Amino acid sequence: MNRARNIAIGVLATVFGLSLLANFLAPAPYATQFRDFISAPASHRFWLGTDELGRDRWSRLLYGTRISLLLAPAAALLSTVMAVLIGGVAGYLGGWWDRVVLRVIDIFLSIPWLFLFLIVRALLPLNTSPLISIILTFLLMGLLGWASSARIIRAGAQSMRNSDLVLHARACGCRGGRLLLVHIVPNLKPVVLAQFWFAIPTFILGEASLGLIGLGVGEPLPSWGNLLRELANPQAALSHPWMLAPLAVLVVVMSCFQLLLSPKEFAA
Amino acid sequence: MWIGRIARHLGAFVVTTLIAGLLGATLVRFGPGFEADEQQLDPRLDAQSIQALRDSHSQERNLLSFYAHFLGRMATGDLGVSRSLARPVRELLAERAKVTMRLLGAGLAGGWILGLALAATAVMWRAPLVEMTAAAASSFFLCVPTAVIALFLFFTNGPVRFAIALLIFPKVFRYARNLLAEAYTQPHVLTARARGLSEARVFLWHVAPWTAPQLLALAGVSLGVAFGAAIPIEVLCDFPGIGQLAWKAALARDLPVLVSLTIVIAAITQLTNSASDVAIALCQRGRR
Repeated sequence: MNRARNIAIGVLATVFGLSLLANFLAPAPYATQFRDFISAPASHRFWLGTDELGRDRWSRLLYGTRISLLLAPAAALLSTVMAVLIGGVAGYLGGWWDRVVLRVIDIFLSIPWLFLFLIVRALLPLNTSPLISIILTFLLMGLLGWASSARIIRAGAQSMRNSDLVLHARACGCRGGRLLLVHIVPNLKPVVLAQFWFAIPTFILGEASLGLIGLGVGEPLPSWGNLLRELANPQAALSHPWMLAPLAVLVVVMSCFQLLLSPKEFAA
Repeated sequence: MWIGRIARHLGAFVVTTLIAGLLGATLVRFGPGFEADEQQLDPRLDAQSIQALRDSHSQERNLLSFYAHFLGRMATGDLGVSRSLARPVRELLAERAKVTMRLLGAGLAGGWILGLALAATAVMWRAPLVEMTAAAASSFFLCVPTAVIALFLFFTNGPVRFAIALLIFPKVFRYARNLLAEAYTQPHVLTARARGLSEARVFLWHVAPWTAPQLLALAGVSLGVAFGAAIPIEVLCDFPGIGQLAWKAALARDLPVLVSLTIVIAAITQLTNSASDVAIALCQRGRR
């Protein structure tokens, strides 16, 4: 299992490193249109061919990978921090605060996440710039995707509150913020880290699904979501297999994230 | 005692549903592009027409008053009229719910049957080949957006509903396999096997009741997961269901449709979760 995890880390590091070097490795900027080479097949010049606007697919894949791999963890970090703040404090404090938070979590969980996100994302102004759209897409994911993690972290904090360790710390006169930060939060680290690692692939797939229906990152900026839009015509993709490259990269990266999580964390 | 518990549960259900509806309305109302309308970009429209389009949102500007009126009308069975489709929302929901229910019903049933059958085969008959194949397949399907699978099925004239099954199956298979493996190590199951009970009897009388509560809890959650996946599937494969209606309404900033959908979806999700809670309680009572 450790070997598989090491391979996964290696593959992820390679993909991430390549995407970070997109400025040097990409033969052309992601938005440059080669009007004489529209929908060109794979060749020495265009490794993955060009799209219907004549843009180099390989360059767009490199830049798109960078955007998805940088911003999905950022959104996961935001949602995990929110989950720790809301769920952790609720579990630790208990009482009416816990009941209110639990009800809020129930409300968020009663509406499918993608539906909620669809509403908010579609309501952005029509003239939103691509850069703003990319930031808002991942920011909204982070802001709306905290509820399920908060429930798990709350349960963890609640069991910690009644643990011998915390009772002992209380008996020694440790109170309030110090008790929370020194004794409870460090012991919740495995749960919090598992939630963070789980959130990244969820957000990557979420962005991909939204990109497929045209509500992800705005063009001309590339992301895995809007690169997958070309698959809306799978017959063309099957006759030009290089169009499947973004899907292949997505599957490889998602598999690596799965391998990073131990079976124990999956079972949880 | 029972009446009190039911009343409390019902109260929580109604309050959560209403707040979820208000949350949906608030997100729409305070979205930065609420009053923007694609029609306003039509170069043929003059200033007065554009102003008239903006004024058409005037009744929806005061969120609380809109929501109070909406709830008042909803109590009489009137969910308002869709601004973008110019049809009663109730009619739209009734029409499209059938399509989505068929999609979700087939997908959920397929995913659960496949997941449970493979997990049971892998654990009961200790079939490593089945386990490895199912584990590899479940890992693969967890990595691919369901909409992409649906698109491939759609263009190869395959059953698109099976895309939902392929989303649900990995979750059910992994969870059920771990649960069944744990169940077969329980002392009462070991005793039953040692006494020579048949495999079928051990499974039906000792393993299934032990695993049922956890599986029922997963069943409650899987409806929400399936509905989330149904949205892009319906949009891309042109299924006239609730998911496609939500997408169209969101793009057209159609507040009455979005609020109705939020309330209906929140209510259905909670009903499913409550049903699974009741089933879990009954299972545990039966086990005692």
